[in-house]
Amino acid sequence: MFTSLAIGGAILGGLGLLFGVILAVANRFLKVEEDPRIEQVEGMLPGSNCGACGEPGCHAFAERLVAGERAPGGCTVSSPDGIVQIASFLGVDAGQEAKRVARLHCAGGLGRARQLADYEGFSGCRAAVVAGGGGKSCSWGCLGLADCEVACTFDAISMNPDRLPVVNVDKCTACGDCVVACPRDLFEILPLDQPLLVQCKTPLSAEAARELCKVACDGCGRCAQDAAPGVIKMNNNLPIIDQNAALTLGDPRATVRCPTGAIRWVTGDQFQDRPAPIREGR
Amino acid sequence: MRLFSKKTFAHGVHPPEAKEATAGLAIRRFPFPPSLTIPLSQHIGKPAVPVVREGEEVIRGQLLAEPDGFMSVAMHAPASGIVRRIGLMPSASGKMVPGIYLEPFPGSSQEVPDGAGVDLESATADEIIAGIQAAGIVGLGGAAFPTHVKLKIPEGKRCETLIINGVECEPFLTTDHRVMLEQSDDIFMGIRYLMKLTQAAKCFIGIEANKPDAAQHLQDKLPADLQAEVEVAVLPVKYPQGAEKMLITALTGHEVPSGGLPIEVGAVVVNVATTAEIGRLLPVGQGIQERVITVTGPAVKKKGNYRILIGTPLRFILDEVGVEDDIARVFMGGPMMGPAVSSLDIPVVKGTSGVTAFTLREGGDTPPKEYPCIRCAYCVDACPIFLNPSQLGLLAKNGEFATMAEEHHLMDCFECGSCSFVCPSHIPLVQHFRVAKAAVRKAKAS
Repeated sequence: MFTSLAIGGAILGGLGLLFGVILAVANRFLKVEEDPRIEQVEGMLPGSNCGACGEPGCHAFAERLVAGERAPGGCTVSSPDGIVQIASFLGVDAGQEAKRVARLHCAGGLGRARQLADYEGFSGCRAAVVAGGGGKSCSWGCLGLADCEVACTFDAISMNPDRLPVVNVDKCTACGDCVVACPRDLFEILPLDQPLLVQCKTPLSAEAARELCKVACDGCGRCAQDAAPGVIKMNNNLPIIDQNAALTLGDPRATVRCPTGAIRWVTGDQFQDRPAPIREGR
Repeated sequence: MRLFSKKTFAHGVHPPEAKEATAGLAIRRFPFPPSLTIPLSQHIGKPAVPVVREGEEVIRGQLLAEPDGFMSVAMHAPASGIVRRIGLMPSASGKMVPGIYLEPFPGSSQEVPDGAGVDLESATADEIIAGIQAAGIVGLGGAAFPTHVKLKIPEGKRCETLIINGVECEPFLTTDHRVMLEQSDDIFMGIRYLMKLTQAAKCFIGIEANKPDAAQHLQDKLPADLQAEVEVAVLPVKYPQGAEKMLITALTGHEVPSGGLPIEVGAVVVNVATTAEIGRLLPVGQGIQERVITVTGPAVKKKGNYRILIGTPLRFILDEVGVEDDIARVFMGGPMMGPAVSSLDIPVVKGTSGVTAFTLREGGDTPPKEYPCIRCAYCVDACPIFLNPSQLGLLAKNGEFATMAEEHHLMDCFECGSCSFVCPSHIPLVQHFRVAKAAVRKAKAS
């Protein structure tokens, strides 16, 4: 009885010892040397793994930082202090990149876009889209059921009383989660210091567009004429803004003659100046 | 004919049939509306390409749009009139889709000029397939899959059984029932074309036992040249027996593999109304301009089976038949599978077998309160393709769409609604699955 116990113990103990030795040897001779700075830099990054920098996560970004392939400013989530701290730790230039935020290409909230039917299924934009499009007359516009608000990791999106998502530009890190979440593809990551913004996505023109929504772009093309040459061109009944040209040449005059207020000069959060100036009776 | 056959498929549900209001009413022609909106894509596949200009005058039956490749069908003018506009129009999916706005002339004739017909005796299989495509025929049961694509038997495969689907398991709808009673000659002519095309040895006409008059009528009218091959098979009443794969299992005992087509078990299934249209249109070389639609539901006053022009807006149909003041919901098709429409400007299309309207009195004004899944497994017993809707529903709520597709065969779900129907917690399972399927397709595309 005692011997059988002893044999069992000896076998297990011996096996444990053997594998322990193998592991110790492997650790000694097969060790992968990693730059210790990578771990330290990763510790200084926010650790949200949001992907806004374009890398698969904070660890991958730290690797690229240490390798000198990216600048610390590429992280849009870190505070300016945090970026300076990483820059001084690595002895490189912070390389502050222009702040970019998510912008919604729709202003057709409650009372602006016509509602044809009430959606009664379970909540969410994606759910409404599969059930006959959610009942809004405009099949390009915001459904207002807050899939983006739920998707936002940084609590930067809140629904306003018009059932439109307002992106808090201070909190937005341009990670792009809302871009993916929106079934109507209404979000775009755009530079914050370029205020010219088209808040509509309908390819319809004239009455067909205005029938759907009071703030729809009806494709008149006045903004393209009023803006500096090369800033706006019309395509498929929508103004397309050349972001680089608009950065230097853009000015609010392009928005003045817009009959519906679809193109706006937006500094800061969207939809702060509601109600939008609608010229009735046109 | 075998009455009271035991042949059926496993699982399934028994929703109230609600067909008695319209089953006995003969098909009647519906008035022509003052304007038609005809989508260019009324089928699965590529949209048709318009061959008319804005402002052009067309006559009934004239080609409006030609097919764009093999996976596409033609569209013909439903009425004589003038093409007002070619542009975006509302559709049942909620999206704006390209279409043709046609304004029929007042007093537009019902007459359709004949074209070059497909002769049954001399035509080859490819000529019949081309004829079906040119006639713009799609699956009239609801899926609107181009019929000629289904009939093109791939190399190395053989069609042994042709199945004519007269099951019509969807509650409220009686179009196939009426077509079987009133267009039996067209159906048998269509079967002759299909038998010649598929070279099938056997043909079943599957009919549920709640339509004994239709089964008896087809049996009595069965022509001598088809006696040997064609069998009228009466099946027990069960939903969703009209689904292609369920009907094959019920009649032949074979199960279509996951992700496979019926031809893999040597079967081709064609809806009975589609068969009738093939038999009616091919000999005279016409295109499809109208179809039989059951307009019914508690909110409809003059319920009936009507022959309605493709492109007639729902608003016109409901105005003509008259509706209750408290009409609240309108479905394209029946209440089990039909999508609720968000606009009455949506037109009926080739795949529309019914228009059902409900008031607030049935089912209340809000959807029933949803409770958590209690794992009773009623849905597991209901699912005709042996999925686990309970597990899928829990995964859907967590947004694990990829897992649903990879490990739980989400993409095999054909959205029959049996699971949602039996769920005692009122979980909208099918809508969850539709969201998940859309997400999986989007992920695959990008």
